[in-house]
Amino acid sequence: MQATTDTTEHTSHDDHHDHHHDIGFLRSYVFSTDHKIIGIQYGFTALLFLLFGFFLVLAMRWQIAYPGEAIPVVGGLLEALLGDMAAQGKMSPDLYNVFGAMHGTIMIFLGVVPLAFAAFGNYVVPLQIGAIDMTFPRINMVSYQCYAWGGAIMFISFFIPGGAAQAGWTSYSPLATVVPTDGQSFWLVGMVLLITSSLLGSVNFIATIIQLRAPGMTWMRMPFFTWAQFVTAFILLLAFPPLEAAGVMQLMDRVFDTSFFLPSGLIVSGNPMNEISGGGSPLLWQHLFWFLGHPEVYVLILPAMGVIAEIIACNTRKPLWGYKSLVYSVLAVGFISFIVWAHHMYVTGMGTKISTFFQTTTMIISIPSVIILTCLFISLWGGSIRFNTPMLFALAFLPMFGIGGLTGLPLGFNFADLMLHDSYYVIAHFHYVVAPGTLFGLFAGVYFWFPKASGRMMNETLGKIHFWLSLIFMNAIFMPMFAQGLAGMSRRMSDGGATYAAANMANEGVIGALSEAVINSNIAITHAAFGLMLAQVPFILNFFWSITNGKKVENDNPWEATTLDWQTPTPPPHGNFTKPIAVYRGPYEYSQPGHDTDFTPQNEPEKA
Amino acid sequence: MSDDHDSPEAIAAAKKKYWAVFGVLLVGTIVTVLMYFVYFEKMWQTVTVALIIASFKAACVGAIFMHLSDEKKLVYRILYPTVFFVAGLFLLTVWAYYDPPAMTTHVR
Amino acid sequence: MEIPYTVKPREDTGLYNAKVGIWLFLASEVMLFGGLFSSYVLLRVGAGQGMWPHGLMNIPIGTFNTLVLITSSVTVVMGWAALKLGNFGKYRLYQAITILCAMGFLGIKSYEYNEKFHHYELWFHAPKTLAELPDAKNQAFVEDGLTDKEKIGTLPSVVGHFGYEKDGEEHHAGPFWTKKDFEELGVTEVIVHLDDFHYRIPARLQAQIKKKDHGHDDPSEAGDHGHELRIPISEVRRISAFVPAHSTFFAIYFTLTGLHGLHVLAGAIVIFYIWGPGARMWKRDPERYSNRVEVSGLFWHFVDLVWIFLFPVLYLL
Repeated sequence: MQATTDTTEHTSHDDHHDHHHDIGFLRSYVFSTDHKIIGIQYGFTALLFLLFGFFLVLAMRWQIAYPGEAIPVVGGLLEALLGDMAAQGKMSPDLYNVFGAMHGTIMIFLGVVPLAFAAFGNYVVPLQIGAIDMTFPRINMVSYQCYAWGGAIMFISFFIPGGAAQAGWTSYSPLATVVPTDGQSFWLVGMVLLITSSLLGSVNFIATIIQLRAPGMTWMRMPFFTWAQFVTAFILLLAFPPLEAAGVMQLMDRVFDTSFFLPSGLIVSGNPMNEISGGGSPLLWQHLFWFLGHPEVYVLILPAMGVIAEIIACNTRKPLWGYKSLVYSVLAVGFISFIVWAHHMYVTGMGTKISTFFQTTTMIISIPSVIILTCLFISLWGGSIRFNTPMLFALAFLPMFGIGGLTGLPLGFNFADLMLHDSYYVIAHFHYVVAPGTLFGLFAGVYFWFPKASGRMMNETLGKIHFWLSLIFMNAIFMPMFAQGLAGMSRRMSDGGATYAAANMANEGVIGALSEAVINSNIAITHAAFGLMLAQVPFILNFFWSITNGKKVENDNPWEATTLDWQTPTPPPHGNFTKPIAVYRGPYEYSQPGHDTDFTPQNEPEKA
Repeated sequence: MSDDHDSPEAIAAAKKKYWAVFGVLLVGTIVTVLMYFVYFEKMWQTVTVALIIASFKAACVGAIFMHLSDEKKLVYRILYPTVFFVAGLFLLTVWAYYDPPAMTTHVR
Repeated sequence: MEIPYTVKPREDTGLYNAKVGIWLFLASEVMLFGGLFSSYVLLRVGAGQGMWPHGLMNIPIGTFNTLVLITSSVTVVMGWAALKLGNFGKYRLYQAITILCAMGFLGIKSYEYNEKFHHYELWFHAPKTLAELPDAKNQAFVEDGLTDKEKIGTLPSVVGHFGYEKDGEEHHAGPFWTKKDFEELGVTEVIVHLDDFHYRIPARLQAQIKKKDHGHDDPSEAGDHGHELRIPISEVRRISAFVPAHSTFFAIYFTLTGLHGLHVLAGAIVIFYIWGPGARMWKRDPERYSNRVEVSGLFWHFVDLVWIFLFPVLYLL
């Protein structure tokens, strides 16, 4: 369990390849135990999955806007790869369900969580606390391998007969149990691997933050990013196992014909299920799933909040406002997140007492969330704001997450949720928090830490184009969905609501039929989605081009930041720090009176 | 280790405790099985007795075998939230089952 | 530079890294088994009348297994104590007993599982009456707490050990058979060697009744009850062994004990590795070695803890 270093190795930028020759390519780049390589592995894999998940939903958006029309450009390819489900290049309802379930699964479990927690966390946290690596580097490597293989299994499941999972990312039983495709079982096996990866990762993160903080790095001197990752790791550690149990049980339902989640008297496609015992509970799956599912959404947002906090402090040239409040609030959010889950189950037949309990805890958890957002907002006041690309994303995050968070409140009230549940309002709410919320935070993080990992800056012009176009298109996609949801449009409709449209002759005089405006919004939203895809092109080009052609950094700390991750060589060598590190002050000593510079790094000794 | 708890004297003393707990666990197991033959009016009484005995045995294993009785604060700080969350999982799911909407009941 | 605190504890936490790691991991395991136990609770309270089997577990074997695991728990901590006092030979001995106990536990479990896989239930299309099957009177309880006089004569199903006749000879049914397997053999009848009791009687009443009645401890014991039925296949709705698919009870029983068994196996493998191939570290770095022994011992105690709850819940309640 040691970092592989000896004191004679090179630490300059270009030839850190040389000492890798000692242990070979596989152990340097495939089975590396260095947290920075592992972080980059996670990062690349996750970004690829994010792109793939995006393509899935673009195909779905085509079908929603133009139901029944063959998908342009890729329709033929889909038919070639997936057979009958994409007959004549059209998206069949089954294929819509496949893409829908996998879009959600991939974006959450293969995209955002690995990028936000594992990629950024692995790379940055040991640096920020002054450690030479994670406490358990080999377990770190195993963690990445579990993720990669879990992802591979998920990807392969598209190509088996019957297709991939198609019962939603929520995989509710009995549907998930009776769906006649092995893809559902692949999904479960993939989930078990992903959960294992997360559990191993969380043990590592928490142990590292507890045990390997450098001398002088007290808890209240830790950067907020590390606090956020710490709480995220605890959430993953304790919330995932019940879902792992549930996943095993659903797999047993599928493979060994158990009835954990299958009630008695079940009739599927007109046939009574006589061979099973029955006696199970579909609600049991829902409880176990959402026991993870709710804390999971805080896993999605907290690392991004951490990134934003770092970028705001650095680019306002002043300390974060309310550091203590931020820390206590993030701890509170993590803790309360475990007792709010059944607000996803208001319509399952819960009585008034239990509903009220969950409604109350749900309202309570909004308080620390708002405190965090408020502290970040107030941190801007009186700052010397530098409007670089990371900061633009960080600034936009604040109102966007505000919209996402506030629109969650009606969903938290059980009476309002009765109407809004499973409507497009829900889709709009959670995409606002994850897309212009978390993803903006993660984009900001890429632009921010790219120079540390590569020694080069990403191009500012391309970055700003990426930012403005993404901001505009994300709002164009998700804002109308609030109206669609309030008008009663259900989610997961493969024809975009055409069956329920007022214009549909069969719905003459039906109250609540979907209006022209609602149906036509589908088209505008789809166009905006394609626009959003185009908006990512400058980012992808910028990313790869800048690795070799970006403007070289002039020093190890181009952003003039105070935290320890910026006090290393660029890129950091094995062992991260060239000499032993000690910490003398808090993480955000910007613009302090009596200093020559407008920032003082954490590890700079006090002047005599 | 420069810890008092792991000094040779402390460990030699602890060995007696380990054998004592072993005895307690054996007796506890026998008692558990004997309780099987005792009839209680209500199910909840049976469950309570069974869980009390099991919890006592578990506490002995945890406190003595796993050294929790003189473990560091950090370990408790990891375990307290865990216990709280698992209790929440149990209690809230059972409560949800027993609190259906008015004038409805579960089909079994 | 080496990662600090792999052996020596960190001053402010007082712990070395692996200890922090193992307690974090054990916390997640508490949540895992907690999730399964809470599933048990919900499945049991939600089970319909007569649908939750009672009294099918072999209590003497389960008790013995419990004692085996408790023994291994004390040997594992005694082994660690011996190591801390520098006595490598004693540690070796204690740990060998631990590993043997683990193997014993798993062996006994396998025997139990195998027994279950050969123990059957047969459901009729329409429930039979006692008049139709007088020999099955011990299986005709359908309500809680009925006395001999109050036995209602309906039998939705019968339980026991099954066989079939082929070429004049009786054969035992294999494991995991369903109605299809009998049909594929072309037999017209299922031979049922009836159990003494049906599982519909709640456990706490079975204990009373067993004491009063035949004095047999275990309804899953085969053969010596003398009552044999021959049931035509046409009257059979479903046949299932006591396998996970049989009922939600067996589903959760096999899942809980199976997962626990996997943990026993994993723990035994780790302890064996440290005891055997990994023992070279004792010469090189004794403190680090005893830390490994301690950490693997903590995992082992957790596995014992889970069984302390599993045994009464699944076998006795």
